[in-house]
Amino acid sequence: MSFGEIRDQAISEWGALQGSEKPRIIVGTATCGRAAGAMAVMEIIDKELSRLGIEAIVTQVGCIGLCYAEPIVDIIKPNQPRISYGSVTPQIVVQLVEDYIVNDNPRPDLALGTIGEGGIVGIPRLFELPVLKPQVRLSLRNCGHIDPAEIKQYVANDGYAGFARALEMAPEEIIGEISKSGLRGRGGAGASTGFKWERLWEAQGDEKYIICNADEGDPGAFMDRALLEGDPHAVLEGMLIGAYATGANYAYIYCRAEYPLAIERLERALDQMRECGLLGDNILGSDFSLEIAVKEGAGAFVCGEETALIASIEGKRGMPRSRPPFPAVSGLWGKPTNVNNVETWASVSAILQKGAEWYASFGTEKSKGTKTFALAGKIVHTGLIEVPMGIPLGDIVNKIGGGIVDSKQLKSVLTGGPSGGCLPATMLDLPVDYENLAEAGSIVGSGGMLVADEDTCMVDMARFFLAFVQNESCGKCVPCRVGTGEMLKILERITRGEGQSTDVERLEQLSGLVKSTSLCALGGTAPNPVLTTIRYFRDEYEAHIEEKRCPALVCNDLISYYILPDKCEACGICLRECPVQAITGDKRMVHIIDQEKCTKCNTCLSVCPERFRAVVKVSGEAPEVPSQLVPVTASQTRQAVEG
Amino acid sequence: MGHLALKYLGGAIPPGVLNLHEKLRQIAAAYAGKKGATIPLLQKAQEEFGYLSEETISEIAGFLGLTKNEVYGIATFYAQFRFERQGEHTIKCCQGTACYVQGGHRIVEAVEDELELEVGETTTGDYKFSLEKVACFGSCALAPVMVVDKTVYGRLTPVKARQIVAEY
Repeated sequence: MSFGEIRDQAISEWGALQGSEKPRIIVGTATCGRAAGAMAVMEIIDKELSRLGIEAIVTQVGCIGLCYAEPIVDIIKPNQPRISYGSVTPQIVVQLVEDYIVNDNPRPDLALGTIGEGGIVGIPRLFELPVLKPQVRLSLRNCGHIDPAEIKQYVANDGYAGFARALEMAPEEIIGEISKSGLRGRGGAGASTGFKWERLWEAQGDEKYIICNADEGDPGAFMDRALLEGDPHAVLEGMLIGAYATGANYAYIYCRAEYPLAIERLERALDQMRECGLLGDNILGSDFSLEIAVKEGAGAFVCGEETALIASIEGKRGMPRSRPPFPAVSGLWGKPTNVNNVETWASVSAILQKGAEWYASFGTEKSKGTKTFALAGKIVHTGLIEVPMGIPLGDIVNKIGGGIVDSKQLKSVLTGGPSGGCLPATMLDLPVDYENLAEAGSIVGSGGMLVADEDTCMVDMARFFLAFVQNESCGKCVPCRVGTGEMLKILERITRGEGQSTDVERLEQLSGLVKSTSLCALGGTAPNPVLTTIRYFRDEYEAHIEEKRCPALVCNDLISYYILPDKCEACGICLRECPVQAITGDKRMVHIIDQEKCTKCNTCLSVCPERFRAVVKVSGEAPEVPSQLVPVTASQTRQAVEG
Repeated sequence: MGHLALKYLGGAIPPGVLNLHEKLRQIAAAYAGKKGATIPLLQKAQEEFGYLSEETISEIAGFLGLTKNEVYGIATFYAQFRFERQGEHTIKCCQGTACYVQGGHRIVEAVEDELELEVGETTTGDYKFSLEKVACFGSCALAPVMVVDKTVYGRLTPVKARQIVAEY
């Protein structure tokens, strides 16, 4: 079958599905959906449908990005718009089947929004909601929309049209198109994709490799996982285009082993490509041949660095080497190689499908297109987003993110994970693009974006990132291996309350040294969280060092728990729940925490009844508490006040 | 291969070793003549046996024509490989950034306490559970997260985590 025929068939099947006379139920079953219980919901749907004798089409899709509302179930009845329902439990889905599918009540109280033409009274349009309106979905164009396990659904939605177009073009023309689009590496470094491709195209040799870097190691980032799970063909089509344009004949996808579903979806997608003549020898009848293999990572953050990744595919310890020679000259097995990130490959297929000018119409002068971010932390709408480059940081946090959980104050936005920086709440006007984030001391990075509230200690955050990097340092070069270790020691003593007055200066010196002399980007960017927290949150360092106080009440060695004698009702709950028996008390006697025994596990604070609020967490000060048991006075005080 | 034949030339092959050797031979056959086979071979072996014993490493080194040292050098570089017998169920507690700010360390503490693991211990005495701390599962929006075998549990509290573990 020719590609034209496959495409015609795919479009007609897709059309038939859209115009189906049967109701359709669509369940988001990406990893986050599953973690929230999507598979249990799937089971109940099947049971309910067969119990009621309803014939319906049930499909699984990838992540639409609204992780806070998972599990998400969509229902489409014939000639009605698609309705998305959020936070669906097995109980709710039973109601939905009965109320909407059987009895025609669309249950606006449970709906998130409608998708597609037409509307339903009482339900907003999904893509008009503040969380989705500012978003522009190019890489994520099909996520949540098509069944990622069916290549035909991808084909019916312009899939592989970009590759078909590329086959009609000369390689130089394709590279020109990518350069013109302004696409830059979405893995973090932001190098021009067109420039990298040109280097591989120029390289001599009949054995060339392209690699998809899916070793998404930044803790707090899940864009690549969602993309591979939700639309693997968008990435694979990009790889076909890239291989054809650069003259590569072998390709690898290096994917984290922690992403089993992504690997499963990729393997299936590759099988389907082969069946459709999109993989192997003489693809779509052309002279172009390509093999793509999936390589599972084995758990090493440093393998996200391209030379380390290449060493790992070769079966060695995943340690980086110095460049030059760049992989385009000598890469995998010593052959010319180009490594691009998952999102970059998905952008490539979009660019060839819709054109460079269309792509370049999004974003800023130097940062074109869109970027996906994984929004997590203390934010209302956690999830996966895609926004045009240059969007103000505040729009992401407040509009898309819906602000901070529990009406707390925003303290910092952390971009770029352990290689990035911690930006203060005063920088919400900052346009998010490569240049502006770099100037602020951070990086765009692969797209992890973590929102921290007032209860987050920035010194502790810097310590957390550095501990991560220190643990993941491959040990090859001294500045990274020893330098980050020295920095970590300093940060640990500061958070223990043993900081010295010269520590901040010492951290800055070491940061400069590690940044400028490390072999690869892991060490080269490791000091960023430390430097930005010093730059924007110096007062917190000073409080820890000078006053031995943790203002956010996080650092265990600097905080204490006390029971306030005028609030305690001697209810005995904290005494019972304390896992280390650090609390003494008696009937009608104010309870006391033994500071020597207390492990600061927070249990007493969390179990003290809301109406008493007798347990307090403090740092650098201590309320007056009795040293021996005294009778409870709280009720009398309260009565006196109230009476 | 030749190396193995030589190793047992002088006497009977112990039954356990024969089994291990046969299984590894089957696994290794798929990678014969392929470049970059070391890590996939180690991964498959671990999948089969649960961990990489010294014997397994030794056999794999034989297949690959590497020294035991070289194979250990590669295997110990990666966090995925285990060198001691593991529990029947593996509990992986996420210690990524999102989980950390949402109290992921309290989940680990609760699980450690529930399993009565001493500091530094990762497997329970009855080999029912092994506990791992991992960097990130990419389910950050549902933090804090833990994975038991292949099931992902999100939006955890220490109490919920204890209940989940107790149900296995």
